[in-house]
Amino acid sequence: MALSGLEIYKLLPKTNCKDCGFPTCLAFAMKLAQKQVELAACPHVSEAAQAALSDAAAPPIRLITLSSNGNKLEVGNETVLYRHEKTFFHQPGIFVRVSDDLPLDEIKARTAEVDGYVVDYVGMPLSYDGLAIAYASGNPEQFGDAVKAVCDTTHKLLILIADDPAALKAGLAAADGRTPLLCAANAENWRRVALAAKNAKAPLVVRVDDSDPSTSSEQRLDGLAKLTEDIAKFGVDDLVLDPGVRGFNESLATITHIRRLALKENFRALGYPVITFPGEGATSQLDEVTLAGQQIAKYAGFVVLDHFTEASAYALLVLRANIYTDPQKPIQVEPGVYPINNPGPDSPLMVTTNFSITYFSVANEVESSGLPGWLLVADAEGMSVLTAWAAGKFDAERIAKAVKESGASGKISHKQVILPGHVAVLMGELEEELPGWEIKVGPREAVDLPAFLKM
Amino acid sequence: MPVTIPKNKYSGAVREVTIGATKAEGGTRTTTVTVGGESTLPFLFHEGAMPHPPRIAVEIADRWPADWSPLLREAWGDAVDDPVAWAKAAEASGADLILLRLTGPVQRGDGSKPTAAEARKVVRAVLGATGLPLMVFGPGIADLDNELLVAVAEEAAGERLVLGVCEDKNYRTIVAAAMAHGHLVDSRTPMDVNLAKQLIILTRDVGLPMDRILMDPSTGALGYGIEYGYSVMERLRLAALNGDSMTQQPMLVTPGEEGWKLKESKVGEGVPASWGNWNERAVTWEVLTSSTLLQSGADIVVLRHPDSITEIKSVIQRLMAPAHNGHS
Repeated sequence: MALSGLEIYKLLPKTNCKDCGFPTCLAFAMKLAQKQVELAACPHVSEAAQAALSDAAAPPIRLITLSSNGNKLEVGNETVLYRHEKTFFHQPGIFVRVSDDLPLDEIKARTAEVDGYVVDYVGMPLSYDGLAIAYASGNPEQFGDAVKAVCDTTHKLLILIADDPAALKAGLAAADGRTPLLCAANAENWRRVALAAKNAKAPLVVRVDDSDPSTSSEQRLDGLAKLTEDIAKFGVDDLVLDPGVRGFNESLATITHIRRLALKENFRALGYPVITFPGEGATSQLDEVTLAGQQIAKYAGFVVLDHFTEASAYALLVLRANIYTDPQKPIQVEPGVYPINNPGPDSPLMVTTNFSITYFSVANEVESSGLPGWLLVADAEGMSVLTAWAAGKFDAERIAKAVKESGASGKISHKQVILPGHVAVLMGELEEELPGWEIKVGPREAVDLPAFLKM
Repeated sequence: MPVTIPKNKYSGAVREVTIGATKAEGGTRTTTVTVGGESTLPFLFHEGAMPHPPRIAVEIADRWPADWSPLLREAWGDAVDDPVAWAKAAEASGADLILLRLTGPVQRGDGSKPTAAEARKVVRAVLGATGLPLMVFGPGIADLDNELLVAVAEEAAGERLVLGVCEDKNYRTIVAAAMAHGHLVDSRTPMDVNLAKQLIILTRDVGLPMDRILMDPSTGALGYGIEYGYSVMERLRLAALNGDSMTQQPMLVTPGEEGWKLKESKVGEGVPASWGNWNERAVTWEVLTSSTLLQSGADIVVLRHPDSITEIKSVIQRLMAPAHNGHS
């Protein structure tokens, strides 16, 4: 259970020395209780108090790290249930599963497909995190060969999926130099699998298998918690949870329970990231993508897919980037005049807002039209055209100010500015604000800009 | 330590809103749709009830809108040239409700303006083609919307249509028309908790009963601001459950409209190879936008493509029926 601020206060030196940066020990204790500061900020805390507080001070969801050839993935350490409360910090890793009973060429080809995939989204290159190799052959040596084939093809991260410790060992040997996620320890095999994880210093998935559909959520999570406690006692601390549920509702409810238990009850035995396998609860590839999307929004730490297509990868990667965007910091671009396709003095001047998605949609369209133009980005506090207009951040006054102060008129020989179609209503006011300028109304959506510019 | 599943305790619930009226109720619908009533966050049945599943409205138009993606034309075929055929096809695809869009000058392509008489005629025809509850949205130009929706409200008196969209600049006229003729309104605001509440309050103050208001907090599509819409909806729903009366309206969102206006969905050539197959991308975009918003409290999602309708319908069924969650 989490300690209250007062309980923590009793363990502090109570000298109010301010060395931690807070005016009183009580104020510091309150911040500690909210997990907004670290105990280390107090240089005077006693060892006894440290031990007592370490439990309360540890993050409620353990941070798990995978690494490979300089690539690193950190998952966990989340602090909120809803992104508007603060933000979600560590994006879930997305992996694609290949089976070791496929021919090695096929394994390499599928790996290469995932390895080579990168898509640009508002200037950010997005890609999947790695491959999950599944043990289906029954032959540990073959599993090792499959892992090697993957390692020869990609520097990305790995998940080794095998219940058999012998296979995991062969896989670990082939993955030399990488820290993969091992998957999975269950009630039967955990001692031997945990030993392999301990020796390799690799994080380990703990799974309760889903044999009996009448098992209640409490029973299932009880079983999982008991297993993680045993394995932690055995000496493996970096754990990932597979509660064994696969369908849409069960997955949502169970992962939500785990997140709430960890954050609200400080329930240590379930304070780990969760891994999901949406393909096992889905009826089609589209269905797998839909379930994966649900799990990205609702608290998964690792998502293992069974299919790879470019279109679905694009959609899921964008969803992940969106959900994990910090709500306090909308992605913005610097206001100013942006040249596109080497514009000259007679090229058109178009105005838009500094919300990055808006900017990139418009800039991409002008660029793809092949026609030169000047894009004037007004400071609309990082909002899209319609939202900014509704909030009074993209009105005639602001647009006129942007035209005058951006130096746009020094770059062009004409006096014509193109407004986004959604704010056509501003035309009259803008004519008053910018005497001598001709105001033209462009299309409502960026996608229609090339046709408009070619008219 | 044994596990006790945490349950949030809520003091409030979402209002129930019924769309459509049967003959006995003064309309001509063969079915009605009730949404709302939740006393829990979406699909978390261990702590509250969700008496009605989220519903799918399928968007059709009075004529083929020139700015719609050719993929949609391909999917629906010739039906898109005849609102009666389109409504029937939409019903057959699994729609719970029909949303009839009255096209404006831009969508008509020829610059012509729809007239009130035409609007009456097409609404009458669609009501005759399907027994499902109907929503009618104007072209999205305030003055024109007022003119058309007032005529539509009168023509379909007693049908409990949803008239939309009702925004701060034109709510008075549309709310008055809804009050006079027994309809509902779609109260739309641009992705902001306070603006959403404010328009609900204004609408109530005009005198429309609360069980005739849908809250439309609007959304961005995947990649185009969905995270704003998602969080605004999540905040609105939490506020509703915690007893804030002016947020307790069922929520309608339009992932179809948002998704299908994007380059990702409209354009098949000259886009990056990493965007993948056009049709798959466009349908995935609409589906993921909708399924994500279902998680933040959507009660009605308005969709456009038949494959999206099939997928989302199946997802809703499984989210609503924990017992039928197949484990592979």
